[in-house]
Amino acid sequence: MAARIGIAVFPGSNCDRDVHYILNNTIGVEADFIWHTKHRISGYDAMIIPGGFAFGDRLRPGIIAAHSPIMQEVKRMAKDGLPVLGICNGFQILVECGLLPGALMMNDSLRFVCRWTNVQVTNNKTPFTSQFALRQKFGIPIAHGDGRYVADSKILKELKKKNQIVLRYTSDNPNGSTDLIAAICNEDGNVMGMMPHPERASERILTVDRSSRNNNNSGSSTDAITIFSSLVSNLKQKAMP
Amino acid sequence: MEKDVPKFIVQVIIENKPYINDPEGETIHRDLVVKGGYSNVQSVRSAKMLKMVVNSKTEHDAEASVKKLCQELRIFNPVVSNCTVKSTGKS
Repeated sequence: MAARIGIAVFPGSNCDRDVHYILNNTIGVEADFIWHTKHRISGYDAMIIPGGFAFGDRLRPGIIAAHSPIMQEVKRMAKDGLPVLGICNGFQILVECGLLPGALMMNDSLRFVCRWTNVQVTNNKTPFTSQFALRQKFGIPIAHGDGRYVADSKILKELKKKNQIVLRYTSDNPNGSTDLIAAICNEDGNVMGMMPHPERASERILTVDRSSRNNNNSGSSTDAITIFSSLVSNLKQKAMP
Repeated sequence: MEKDVPKFIVQVIIENKPYINDPEGETIHRDLVVKGGYSNVQSVRSAKMLKMVVNSKTEHDAEASVKKLCQELRIFNPVVSNCTVKSTGKS
């Protein structure tokens, strides 16, 4: 049986189709949309919780979606060791449902930030980063209003001790995240949440060469696709040839 | 039957813990309150307030039930926020 990836869809998700397109058309792995009301899901080798504004960010981003039936299933899959990736709002949902520690709060600028940034891989032992070199830097877009990663000193100490900080912004801090954190994983490494959007930087047509305007390399690379290719290479089932 | 059960207003205040900086509160303080002439105001912290109307036999029960739901449904993220629940009397 060929590998299949599930994409959770909530009212207000808006990056689900981008992720679906990249997986099916660019990477070449079967990926399906799964509506949030599903109580029982089976036959999937990994789950992606995409970006957007699930339930309109009511109360705070991710909290209402965290209580939806599909997240019970995602929790079960995470416990079984299957890879679970949350992107942007998906990261917020994973934090609110307790799969990842800490909180994502309003950017310190109090503004929605939508631009390219640079990140560095600080853990390449996860299923989502295994094809990156350690300390590799790459450009990737961000688009969020609540992306400031915050945790108390006890959680931060644990994250560092257990090598759970996976990506860090390299220089400028776009949202005020503690320790420039852009992505973290759980202790086992099979659940990762990231604020930047790899699906928006996985094809040349989506990138912009900004080298003439500034001297950093963000905006001109499709390296972010390595998040998805790493994931697919680590699935128990192999993708269709 | 519900007609006989009294209604109470219960306020839920979700406030970030002191270690979380609060740029919204700081901006309100610096750029509105102090610039507006109220330099006696030392600080401003922003918070979120939910007002719930609860059917309950007693005020105490109404408060207890809201306290329970705040924990159970994670109305606040305990890593970064504190939650205060208080009844303000009959609706």
